[in-house]
Amino acid sequence: MTAALLDPFSYAFFVKGISVAILAGGLCGLIGVYITLRGMSYIGHGLSHAIFGGFAASSLINVNYYLGAGVWGLASALAINKVTRSRRIGADAAIGVITTSSFALGVALLTRYGNKGPTFDAALFGSIIGVSAADVWALAGVTAFTVAVILLNYRALLFATFDPEVADVSGVRVARTDALLMLVLSLAILASLTVIGVTLVAATLVIPAVVARMLTDRFSRMLWLSSLIGAACGFVGMNLSYHLDVPSGTMIVLTGAAVFTVVLSVTGGRRLARTSRLGASNESATLVAPAR
Amino acid sequence: MTIAEHLVRIEKATFGYDASPVLEDVTLTVGSRDFIGVVGPSGSGKTSLLRLLLGTATPQRGTVSRRPDVAVAYVPQLETVNWNFPITVFECVLMARSGRILPWPTRTERADVSRVLDRLGIGALAGRHIRELSGGQQQRMFIARGLLRRPQLLLMDEPTTGVDFTSRHEMLHLLGELNAEGVAILLTTHDLNGVAAHLPRLVALHRTVIAVGTPRDVINGPVLERTFGAPMQVLEHLGMPVVLDRHGAGDHRTSA
Repeated sequence: MTAALLDPFSYAFFVKGISVAILAGGLCGLIGVYITLRGMSYIGHGLSHAIFGGFAASSLINVNYYLGAGVWGLASALAINKVTRSRRIGADAAIGVITTSSFALGVALLTRYGNKGPTFDAALFGSIIGVSAADVWALAGVTAFTVAVILLNYRALLFATFDPEVADVSGVRVARTDALLMLVLSLAILASLTVIGVTLVAATLVIPAVVARMLTDRFSRMLWLSSLIGAACGFVGMNLSYHLDVPSGTMIVLTGAAVFTVVLSVTGGRRLARTSRLGASNESATLVAPAR
Repeated sequence: MTIAEHLVRIEKATFGYDASPVLEDVTLTVGSRDFIGVVGPSGSGKTSLLRLLLGTATPQRGTVSRRPDVAVAYVPQLETVNWNFPITVFECVLMARSGRILPWPTRTERADVSRVLDRLGIGALAGRHIRELSGGQQQRMFIARGLLRRPQLLLMDEPTTGVDFTSRHEMLHLLGELNAEGVAILLTTHDLNGVAAHLPRLVALHRTVIAVGTPRDVINGPVLERTFGAPMQVLEHLGMPVVLDRHGAGDHRTSA
């Protein structure tokens, strides 16, 4: 039994894959706290699709995947942020228009010209086969950068997430803080795509954060709990993926869903109510004037 | 009033969204010792006026001038706050010190937050989640956050909405104390009898400034009819104007 459980660790590809899954789970769990509390859960889903367009385009023009898709993803995130702040259309509509267009472009480019990187299925659902040492190092770098950004901007990020209008008049540079969050979000999605896949990465942003919210009323505690849950789901999901021969992203997300179900059943519906208005203040507050 | 005496001055300002102006030709000066209540019906432009004073909105016409380096604190409407956000009272108040880079508070910051919470009578609640406070305590928490910035001007959007009679009375007493200590205060309110009538200076607003003056100057039949668009009966009780609530003036809870 133990030998069977340890068997995958004798393969270098699995060790690299599980390293990426743990790092990606922790990283997405960390950023997911801000994303869910801002009521922007859908942006993870949208951005991963937008980055797929960048992935296809960079493959086509022979530009480094991280650079091409990263710039594409960041541009999409900033465009969504700008359109949302203009309040002419809602965040959901902005994400719907910008990211699905980008995804459609990606599909069109790959279908027409083919690709030189990961396969279409691997990009969509994640795969541990194609994980290289460079991918592990890239994700480690993104994780270190994200932790540094959050530590050095902790109060500004917290204030801008809780109460962006008052933060704006209290000396917080909210637009810069938002852009910084979009940058680390784009980088995190980009670095996680290889293992988790375009269609499932949003769940790694949302599920750990929602579970953590059900377990605590403290923001700082929610940050590390969400990271821990994300990393644990990555570890367990990757092992299940190997033993059940199912795409890695699928098992990581299903593991998260199982954790959510267990925590919900243990803590009860009352705790779930804590998550029912996550990000509500951002929609209802009215003090920031529309951009002109 | 010279620029040295006023904190913020709005002069002939017109502001709106898209084509239709919410505020037209508004002139208002907030002095360093003022305690002003802005009254008006829903959609009269009260919150837009706050935006101009805060600097989060710019008038399409006219000017807004502020004394250089004036510290402004803002207390939002309780209805706009996400009470499920995972923070304690202490963490919420500490947000006012957003300039520090590192997350954890210094010993001085802890002492400052404790001092201001004690001053507002909610020191014992510092470790509680913000949802666990009453309406009056929630308002005090946001006032504490504002005071931690050592403001010269405190702007408050409907501070007495959702608080009970006793809390409202204590709130007005507290604001009076702060004003006496040198903090200028401007608040919006829909409560003509419970709040506005007790303030030293009122502004009646309905797209433009209808009247400015003492409660007696503003809370009277002609001004209220122009402001709220319906005749209102005003009586005098113990030297204070009292509006008979036949037309629901007290139900105008929100503003544009």
